[in-house]
Amino acid sequence: MIDALLAGPFGTPLAILMLALVTYLCRASGVVLMSRVRLTPRVERGLRALPGSIVIATALPTGLSAGIPGLAGLVAAAAVMALTRFELAAIVAGLAAVMAGRALGL
Amino acid sequence: MPQTTPPAAAPFTRAGLMIGLRASLPLWPSIAVFGAAFGAAAAQRGLTAGEAAATSALVYAGAAQMVTLEVWGRPWNLGLLLSAMTVTALINARMILMGATIQPWMRGAPVWRTALTLFVLVDASWLIGVRHRAEGGRDLGVLFGAGFGLWPLWVLSTVAGHFAGALVTQPRTYGLDMILPVFFAAMLAPLWRGARPALPWLVSGVTALIVQRLVPGYGFIAAGAVAGLVTGLLLDDGAPR
Repeated sequence: MIDALLAGPFGTPLAILMLALVTYLCRASGVVLMSRVRLTPRVERGLRALPGSIVIATALPTGLSAGIPGLAGLVAAAAVMALTRFELAAIVAGLAAVMAGRALGL
Repeated sequence: MPQTTPPAAAPFTRAGLMIGLRASLPLWPSIAVFGAAFGAAAAQRGLTAGEAAATSALVYAGAAQMVTLEVWGRPWNLGLLLSAMTVTALINARMILMGATIQPWMRGAPVWRTALTLFVLVDASWLIGVRHRAEGGRDLGVLFGAGFGLWPLWVLSTVAGHFAGALVTQPRTYGLDMILPVFFAAMLAPLWRGARPALPWLVSGVTALIVQRLVPGYGFIAAGAVAGLVTGLLLDDGAPR
């Protein structure tokens, strides 16, 4: 019965709503969970370590799975950002490094 | 009067909103191109412009939207829907941790405003907010403004990409499949506070790489981030109390 509903005209709208719901639950659940945690110095230390950890855990495996061009893109973006502190320049440099690496067939 | 009241809720000002919007401007070109790439990919997968736009407007999470297209149902059935939801949850699991990092900042703010701010919370606005906090600010308007300003851009560029499809059908050629990792790598520099506070990052990166090797799917993001969190909980980072 669910399959029949999903295969019908309302299938795609329903699927989009479910994906939106899952995403919103991800957005909200961390805030709800943390509102029940007392902010001890130890917890604050963990939270301070978290942003960089999220960034690395997302960027490194995704970048490395794209091979040398991916790695070049990560390095170029991080280096240009460290030097210029200008996001657009860093992103352009990163994507240019990926493009160049792929064009060279690396 | 003795100062015994708890610290007041963080402010939410129009000025902060403008700061957030302005901080997001450098990202507009690349987010527009990423949105167009999603629109074009969606068109290829057989989504109508309305379906693609609704996905961008309601889900508003680029990486998850892109990957979900791989399992998009034509037509849908329960198995496909569940796998699409699982992929979405795994890629967006980092948002759970992002929420945890900003919750102390949002303590005492009106619930409706927090709910709305969370609806437009994206990688870019989270990072802009984290930076604002690291620089000593506490205006929640910054966090909202950055995500809110990018939302119409994301939806409109999705529609544009859907119609202009042919121009961006090969996002790989332009490195656009790498835009999220590249953007994240760029954000490391503003977050850098020296080698010692970065030790959890190292643990996070190594864990993520190992989990990516051993477990198929996108669990590596959450696994790495949690490893970094635990390392941070256990180790002294040398920051002043």
